[in-house]
Amino acid sequence: MLVDFNFRVIFEYLPLFLTGLRSTFLIAVISIALAIVVGIIACSCRISSIKILKYPAIAYIEIIRSTPLLVQIYFLYFGLPTLGLKIPEIQTGILALMLNSGAYIAEIIRAGISSVDDGQIEAGVSSGLNYVQRMRLIILPQALGVTIPPLLGQNIVLVKDTALLSLISVMELTRCGQTMTSERFMPAEAFFTVAFFYMCLYFCLKALADWSQRKLIFREAY
Amino acid sequence: MMSFYFGRLVEIYPFFLKGLWMTSKIAFISLVSCTLIGFILGIFRSSNSLILKRVVGVYVAFVRGTPFVVQIFIIFFILPEWGIQLDAFAAALLAMAIMGSAFICEIVAGGINSISRGQWEAATSSGLTLIQQLRLVIIPQAMKVILPPLVGQYVLLIKDTSVVSVIGVMELTRVGWVTVVRIPEGLMVFSLVGILYFSISYPLILLSNYLERKMSM
Repeated sequence: MLVDFNFRVIFEYLPLFLTGLRSTFLIAVISIALAIVVGIIACSCRISSIKILKYPAIAYIEIIRSTPLLVQIYFLYFGLPTLGLKIPEIQTGILALMLNSGAYIAEIIRAGISSVDDGQIEAGVSSGLNYVQRMRLIILPQALGVTIPPLLGQNIVLVKDTALLSLISVMELTRCGQTMTSERFMPAEAFFTVAFFYMCLYFCLKALADWSQRKLIFREAY
Repeated sequence: MMSFYFGRLVEIYPFFLKGLWMTSKIAFISLVSCTLIGFILGIFRSSNSLILKRVVGVYVAFVRGTPFVVQIFIIFFILPEWGIQLDAFAAALLAMAIMGSAFICEIVAGGINSISRGQWEAATSSGLTLIQQLRLVIIPQAMKVILPPLVGQYVLLIKDTSVVSVIGVMELTRVGWVTVVRIPEGLMVFSLVGILYFSISYPLILLSNYLERKMSM
């Protein structure tokens, strides 16, 4: 079983894995940053009372949440060229991850905002604060504490989701494992190494998420 | 050109229904097995035995820490090296069962841990055996906490069945992938695939939202 585990080959391929790890990391960071922007925009449209903003936002969030990420990736990968848009695979992948995570982040932010009690908003109104002031001074500071832990949880999901980009031949960690498998035919060494690197990323992010859970949910948010 | 391809797509529509059937089959079998294994593991995870807790904890950490596609590759490519031959369908079901049960285990353990110590003590002093305690006292109360995230997890599991297309199981995503090679209209083909997935998972999302509202009252 693991007796003939070939560490020499793993060391030989280590530079490849490290570049894979780096691009997984970069793809994740870029996608998260963009997804937060998309999420904030989608959420503000979702909770606004203007119908022309609200219904498209609902449609976007529900469609993304009820179809698999892989189908969304293929949709963009095979679909954009038929529209005449020829963009590299890595950008298609980041676009798919951004749109996918954006919908989830929008829902997370909305849950955070709706966790603030109505009485707080009424108190803000009767203190004579306008909408922007109420958001800035009352709702957002309270919502942020509730939002950040699930947001970090979503980041963990997103890092794992980057593995699906290997299927549209983006050279990230999983793709490196596939490359090593096809060159040396050593799937055990390749994929356990890949799994090990993902675990490292996972434990770092998990520690961060647990820490934020302890630090930030201290007030009576629920 | 669009209408020509649309005609072709209508022609091969039964092919998509076959994919949908395969997806539903995988989803149904794996949901049932995930729930069963997940509940057993969840009870272990919330038990007092330190060894059981640790063992299940390591299993859960490994499954949650690695992407599903890597787990499928490990099962499909590495088990044959160790002398276990699985066809793609069996490997897909095994991978789904392992992945899903780890997530459901955490949900169940969270639910059981939310029940106060006093309930356990009351059940013990009423002379119930451990199985009876769980079946009659703890699980019925914990269900209130477990049910909404459980249905949410079902939606995620159904969507994750799309990933098993990578080892060649002819389910919905694979059908789309095979079709797009012959009918080069990616938007149309994968919209159809997306609509079919939507038709399965959206009712479950609505159910999950409904349960969440109902249980939080």
